[in-house]
Amino acid sequence: MAIEVRIPTILRTYTDGQKAVEGSGNTLAELFTDLESRHAGIQARIVDGDQLRRFVNVYLNDEDVRFLDGINTKLSDGDNVTILPAVAGGSAAAEPRPTGVGGRATGGHALIGR
Amino acid sequence: MRAVSYHPSVRDGPLLILTTMLTITQALYDQIVAHARKDHPDEACGVVAGPAGSDRPERFIAMLNAAMSPTFYEFDSGDLLKLYRELDDRDEEPVVIYHSHTATEAYPSRTDISYANEPGAHYVLVSTADTDGLGDFQFRSFRIVDGVVTEEEVRVVETY
Repeated sequence: MAIEVRIPTILRTYTDGQKAVEGSGNTLAELFTDLESRHAGIQARIVDGDQLRRFVNVYLNDEDVRFLDGINTKLSDGDNVTILPAVAGGSAAAEPRPTGVGGRATGGHALIGR
Repeated sequence: MRAVSYHPSVRDGPLLILTTMLTITQALYDQIVAHARKDHPDEACGVVAGPAGSDRPERFIAMLNAAMSPTFYEFDSGDLLKLYRELDDRDEEPVVIYHSHTATEAYPSRTDISYANEPGAHYVLVSTADTDGLGDFQFRSFRIVDGVVTEEEVRVVETY
């Protein structure tokens, strides 16, 4: 059962630069497990536990799967799946000064370009 | 790509060493600013598309902020799919991804950094926090790659 999966730029490091790959599965969850077998690392970028990541959009034949059955959405031969990371962000002004990588950057005073 | 040394007066930190630059027309700059002002106090967002590989912003596309929030923005998921299909069909890419901060400075927040998924894009931030005309309207541009923020110079031109 062949499903065409369109891969966003940010995840093409897992597909040798290919914009689309083929996969198989009866559900989206199975499809992502199948992709993982050939493109190690990709699954964790799309799935968190047993759910789709909040800021990754997955479309089945142009419909956001959140309006279908999420990661349990059933697939049929010839379906097209598109993965697109959300374009999102914002000031989140109420958050305290964070730590870690983002924190260093948000602090902003020690930036060195590369 | 040209290396540029630049010391912005708005920060007291050490010298910023910039390795990239955003070149944008005055008309596009004005459209981004106008959109940010119109949607204030909610955050405004959108892209400026350009031919793939050109690094030249050409086509202004204002997007709906599905979050309709003063502290968060997110492209509507259906609009996002249409946008990327259209860019693909026209052999374009999002050269600029812009949004506004409406109560804080034009600098990427932790949220901005964690959701930045276009390493090739110029992330433009504008701030509408100062709307009384006393301070400069902030318009700044950044690269955000693997969680690392690099500010870049903005060069505004009449035409390319």
